[in-house]
Amino acid sequence: MNKHLLSIDDLDLADVATLFDTAAEMHDVQRRSVKKLPALRGRTVVNLFFEDSTRTRSSFEIAGKWLSADVINVSAKGSSVSKGESLRDTVLTVAAMGVDGLVIRHAASGAAQQVSQWTDAVVINAGDGTHEHPTQALLDAYTLQRRMGSLEDRHIAIVGDVTHSRVFRSNVLLLTKLGAHVTVVAPPTLMPAGVTAWSKDAGFETSYDLDEVLPDADAVMMLRVQRERMSGAFFPSAREYTVGYGLTRDRLAVLKPDAPICHPGPMNRGLEIAADAADAAQSAVLDQVSAGVAIRMSVLYHLLAGEGSAQ
Amino acid sequence: MASAQSASVPTTPEESPDGSFRGGALEGRTVLDARDISRALTRISHEILERNKGLEDLVLLGIPTRGVHLASRIADRIAKVEGGQVPLGTLDITMYRDDLRKHPTRGPHHTVMPPGGVDGKVVVLVDDVLFSGRTVRAALDAMNDLGRPATVRLAVLVDRGHRELPIRADHVGKNLPSARTERVMVRLEESDGYDEVRIAPTAAGEGRPA
Repeated sequence: MNKHLLSIDDLDLADVATLFDTAAEMHDVQRRSVKKLPALRGRTVVNLFFEDSTRTRSSFEIAGKWLSADVINVSAKGSSVSKGESLRDTVLTVAAMGVDGLVIRHAASGAAQQVSQWTDAVVINAGDGTHEHPTQALLDAYTLQRRMGSLEDRHIAIVGDVTHSRVFRSNVLLLTKLGAHVTVVAPPTLMPAGVTAWSKDAGFETSYDLDEVLPDADAVMMLRVQRERMSGAFFPSAREYTVGYGLTRDRLAVLKPDAPICHPGPMNRGLEIAADAADAAQSAVLDQVSAGVAIRMSVLYHLLAGEGSAQ
Repeated sequence: MASAQSASVPTTPEESPDGSFRGGALEGRTVLDARDISRALTRISHEILERNKGLEDLVLLGIPTRGVHLASRIADRIAKVEGGQVPLGTLDITMYRDDLRKHPTRGPHHTVMPPGGVDGKVVVLVDDVLFSGRTVRAALDAMNDLGRPATVRLAVLVDRGHRELPIRADHVGKNLPSARTERVMVRLEESDGYDEVRIAPTAAGEGRPA
């Protein structure tokens, strides 16, 4: 396994299998009364979050703590970043305190990669701009595998705001690596430029028509409409987006009854996903959250517990 | 890794967490054959029952991987003698090892809680080889996170000496005096296809006490 986890491309198939196997064991630990393993005793992990986050930050924090690491949260608000400190200075300052692992989220694509060049600490990308979010893709694929078995040749639809989605990018890389057949569905305005060339390269398909793709899907992954990243008008109205690309009650009826519904959260209920779909029995949304802790424990363990990860 | 070795040592022995070795060449000598192992396990099963005066509150916990096979064989023997099933579990110690940072990480094995848990029970830990005692220390720590047994005992197939911690076994299949540099290899039907305990010398520098 590579020293850092910056992109899904850092992992080969064997690495993914190892991470999933360990995550399954960590899932069992989650159900114990004493949720504590000593594997990262004496290790320090800093969550460096320059963007808002609830589940990613808290699940990394829980994961680190259950492995007995000391976890410190630094968020842009309330830190020297709001006084104008640069990313590099912030990272060097934190690293100089003797940190073993840095979990970083930043609005700039490539930030995690940059940071990994400035420090000896293990760097884990927890979302960089619209580039990648590898642990999210890992937990998505892990959740799907637990529900569906092998993803080989299964048809997975990724639907929604693809342009602004780092989750989509990491997921396409991982799901195709695992042999799944992926169709990306988005309105033309939210389909990233150049996606056709990439889709040919990476072996996935694109579509503008959700109703055509949905009946054939073995799983569907809804993406959040990321209004905070939108500088212009990408669709005329929220209502029109829902009509064209929302997982509505009517579309839920068309979906295979055992097809898991994923959403990386936070959900815009009523916009990209109807409450009926979010709360349906086939919804995997809460499974994803608990898998998130297990996957992040697995990642922290494999990157920080063994030899070569010491400062 | 194995292909780089010279002809005299066909494969590189891979040390397992308990100080025994997997793989390795057919060198050294057999110390226990299948029938010896069978007799030793039968005796250990009787000893466990005698010590506990029956099945009451008894729980067997095998330490992966070969300790799990041994625990299940002992449970079978106890069932034959006593006519009841002993609660059986497995206890993974990977994340409790004190040398985690000296090796690349390995994935943890499965931990299976015995039916009824371990609280207030007489737990017999089962492992294949007792060497430095560090595996057992890790197992005691791991058990601490699962519950609070009334008593913990230790059963091992082979005790090869060289303890680095104040730990001893309650039930021993065979005491095997060995040099620290020697390798003790336990092979079991369930994982290796045949039963055997073998001891082999190790070239200087290769010995790495667990």
